[in-house]
Amino acid sequence: MLRFATWKIIAILALTLAAVLVVVPSMLAPASVKALENALPSWAQPRTIVLGLDLQGGSYVMLEVDKASVLHTQVTNLRDDVRRILREEKVAITGGIGAQARGVQLRIPDAAERAKVLPKFRNLAQGFGAKIGGAPPLEVRDSGDGLVQIVVTDSGVTDKVRHAVDQSIEVIRRRVDALGTREASIQREGDDRIIVQVPGLQDPEQLKTILGQTAKLEFRLVAEPGQSPSELEELEQADQSGKIAIEKQVMVQGEDLTDAQPGFDQQRGGEPVVNFRFNIRGAQKFGEVTSKNVGRLFAIVLDNKVISAPRILQPITGGSGQISGHFTVEQANNLSILLRAGALPAKLDIIEERTVGPGLGQDSIDAGKRAAYVGAGLVVVYMLITYGVFGIFANLALFVHIAFIFAGLVLLGSTLTLPGIAGIVLTIGMAVDSNVLIYERIREEQHGGRSILAALDAGFNRAFATIVDSNVTMFVAAAILYFLGSGPVRGFAVSLALGILTTIVTAVTMTRMMIAIWYHYARPTRLPI
Amino acid sequence: MKLLRLAPENTKFPFMRFRRVSYPFSAVLSICSILLFIFSGMNFGIDFAGGTVIELRAKAGQAEIATLRQTIEKLELGDVEVQSFGNQSDATVRFGPQKGGDSAQQAAVEKVRGSVGSDYELRRVEVVGPRVSGELVQSGTLGVVLSIVAVLTYLWFRFEWQFAVGAVIATMHDLLLTVGFFSLTHLEFNTTSIAAILTIVGYSLNETVVVLDRIREMMRKYKKMPTDQMIDLSINAVLPRTIMTATTVFLALFSLAIFGGHVIRSFSLAMIWGIFVATYSSVFICSPMLIYLGLRNEDADKAPEATPSKAAAKATTRAKPKAA
Repeated sequence: MLRFATWKIIAILALTLAAVLVVVPSMLAPASVKALENALPSWAQPRTIVLGLDLQGGSYVMLEVDKASVLHTQVTNLRDDVRRILREEKVAITGGIGAQARGVQLRIPDAAERAKVLPKFRNLAQGFGAKIGGAPPLEVRDSGDGLVQIVVTDSGVTDKVRHAVDQSIEVIRRRVDALGTREASIQREGDDRIIVQVPGLQDPEQLKTILGQTAKLEFRLVAEPGQSPSELEELEQADQSGKIAIEKQVMVQGEDLTDAQPGFDQQRGGEPVVNFRFNIRGAQKFGEVTSKNVGRLFAIVLDNKVISAPRILQPITGGSGQISGHFTVEQANNLSILLRAGALPAKLDIIEERTVGPGLGQDSIDAGKRAAYVGAGLVVVYMLITYGVFGIFANLALFVHIAFIFAGLVLLGSTLTLPGIAGIVLTIGMAVDSNVLIYERIREEQHGGRSILAALDAGFNRAFATIVDSNVTMFVAAAILYFLGSGPVRGFAVSLALGILTTIVTAVTMTRMMIAIWYHYARPTRLPI
Repeated sequence: MKLLRLAPENTKFPFMRFRRVSYPFSAVLSICSILLFIFSGMNFGIDFAGGTVIELRAKAGQAEIATLRQTIEKLELGDVEVQSFGNQSDATVRFGPQKGGDSAQQAAVEKVRGSVGSDYELRRVEVVGPRVSGELVQSGTLGVVLSIVAVLTYLWFRFEWQFAVGAVIATMHDLLLTVGFFSLTHLEFNTTSIAAILTIVGYSLNETVVVLDRIREMMRKYKKMPTDQMIDLSINAVLPRTIMTATTVFLALFSLAIFGGHVIRSFSLAMIWGIFVATYSSVFICSPMLIYLGLRNEDADKAPEATPSKAAAKATTRAKPKAA
C-alpha cells in the first residue's frame, strides 16, 4: 500500500497538469484566448469548451421532408413521361391519364399497342434512379383487360425522399451561409429529416422564414380575356389582395437565375427591390417572351404566390431584371437569399424548434456556475470537518476530478449543456462517495483492532470492489441516456459518464498516493479518522 | 481536532424488525403513486405533449400577466396558459398543438410575436410537433426499461439471484414513487425529467449495490448467524457511509435547486426526492427482500465454499469471527 513507485507519482502529476492545461483556455475571457492563439504554435492551439445552444443562445430546428409533396412531383413527372411516350408511339387511349396517390393509370384497349408501349413504360424506371440489384422504383401493372397502372413503389418513394434530403441540405447550407452566421451545423437525421443548429443567432425568425420556403420562382403570363380556362389557374397574390388568373405554362424558371441581389429602385422613390440576372438560356427565353408579349402583364410567381405582375413595357433582352412587390428591406434581402441559393426540391416542415435567446443563455451559465461553486464549496467544507487531513486529500482529488471532467469534455469536443452542468454538480456529490467508502472502511478496520497499515490496506482493497460494482451500474444508466437521449440530455449523460470514469482514477489512485506520501512523512501512530 | 460525525459509532439498529412496517408503508405509497398517476396524471411538458412554450421578458420592467393573457387569448390558439415565474418581469406562454399541422404551429408563434413583440423580448421559444413528441415518449420509456434490464443482467452475474431481484424491486419502488412525486407536485415532466429518473435509477442501484456488497461479505464471514441479524449488522456497518454520501449529494442538489436557475429546478427537486427514496429503499425494501427470498437456505449454509471467489476466501481465512 505504501510503496508508491516514483514513476507512478510523476505520471499522475503529469496527467493532472495536462488536464489543467487543457481546461485553462475555457476559463479565460475570449480576448485572452485570441491572444493565446496568436502566441502559441499551431500544434498547441488552445481548445475551448463547446457550449450548447441552451447556454450560448441560438436555434435548433428539425425539418422533415414532406413525403406527399415529393410524391406529388413524382406523379406529375410520371404523367408527363407517359403522355410523351403515347404521343411518340401514336397510341390511342380511352379516357385520360388518371392520377392516383402513388402513380397513374390509363386504359389502352388494343393489346398490340399495349405490347408496344409497356416496355417503354418499364424503361422509365431508369430515369427514376433505378439501381442495379436494388428494388425497382417503379412498377408497371398490366391487368390484361386494357387497364395499365404505373405505380411508384415504396423503395422508389424512400429513394426520392433521401435524394430530396441530400439536395435540401445543400440548398439550406447556401441559404444559412448567406445569412452571415458562422458555425451553423446542418445534418441529416434518419431518412427524411434535417437538423439545423445555428448558434448565437440574433433573429431566429429570419432563419425560419428562410428555411421554410421552397423558393420555386416562375415567370408566367397573366391571363387575357377570352383564354380557355383549361390553360389557366387561379393563384393567390402575395399581398393577400385576392386571386389572379395566370397561364399554366411556365415561361422562364428560377433555376436559370445566376444571381439575385437586393437593391433600391430610384424611380419608385427608393423602394426596396430584388435585381436578378439570368444565364444565357434564361436570358434568351426571357428576351423571346418579353418581345412577343409587349403590353401584357407578366407575373412573378414564388411558391405558387404572385409577388407582382408588372406590365411588359419593352422587350428585355439583356438577361437581367427586377422584382418589385412593396417589399421591406428585410423581405427584399430574404428573397434575394432564397433566389441565390436555389429552390428546395420538396416542401420542408418545421417539426421541432428550440430557440434560446442569448440573454437567457448567459443567465443559465451564471446560474449553473453559482450552483457549482456553492455545491462544491459545501461538499469541500463538509469533507474537511468530517475527515480532517483525509478530507483534504479527498478535496484535492475532487478538484482534479472536476478538471478531468472538463478536460474530457474539451478533448471529446462534446457540448456542455445546462443539464450537463447539472450532471457535473451531481458528480461532485457522487465523486466523494468513493472516498467515503474507503475512509469509512479504514475507520472500521482500525476500530476492529487492525494496525494502521493493515487498516489502510484493507480499506482500499475491500472498498475497491464495491466502488467498481456501484459505478458500473451508474455508468450503464449514463450510457443508455446517451444513446437514447437527444440534445441537452446527451450532454448530461456525457458529463455523468466522464465523472464516473474519472472517479476511479482520482478517488482511488490519487487519494492512495497522497495518503502514502503523507504517511511517509507524518508517521502517525493512529489514523486521524 | 474533533471531527464531525453525523452517524453515531457502532450502531446496532434493528433495521430488519421494521420490515413489518416498511413493507405495508411502501405498498401504500406505491399504490397511491399509481392512483395519482392514473387519476391526476402528469404535467407533461411539450416534449411529450407537443405544443409551444414561449418565455417572455418584459422590456419595461414588469410583466402584466392579465393584459398578456387577454392579448394572447384573442389570438385563438386553443387552451393558452400564461404564467409568471422567476422574477416579476418574466412570463411563460404555453399552448397545445395547433390544428392544421406543423405550419400552423409556426404561424401561431408568429402571431404571438406579432402581438407582444413590441413590449416583450422572446427569450426562449420551443415548438414540438406531435410526431416528435410521440418519438420522445417512446425513446424515454425504452431508456428506463433498458437500463433496468441491463443492470439486472449485470447484478445477476455479479451476485446471487436474490440480490438481483431485491435490487430490481427496490428500483421499481423508487421509480413508482418518483412518478408519484411528479403527479403530486405537478412539476413539469419532460426529457430532462427522464434524465432525472434514469439518474435516480442509477443512484438507487448504486446504494443497493453498496449495501448488498456488504451483506454478501458478512454472509461469508458469519455463517451461523441468523439472516436478519446478519443483514442488520451489515447495514449498521455501512450506515455511516450511507448517511455521509446522501448528505454530500443533497448538498450538491440543494445548491442546484436554489441557485441553478429555473430551467433546471424541476430536475433538481425530483432528484432530491429520488435520492431520499433510493436511500430508504436500499435499507428497508431491498435488504428485507433477501429474507423473503430465502437467501441463506440449507445448501448455502452447508457449502459456503461453493462460490470460492477471492474475497470470500480471504474473508474466511483472515477474519476471526466474533460472535455477535
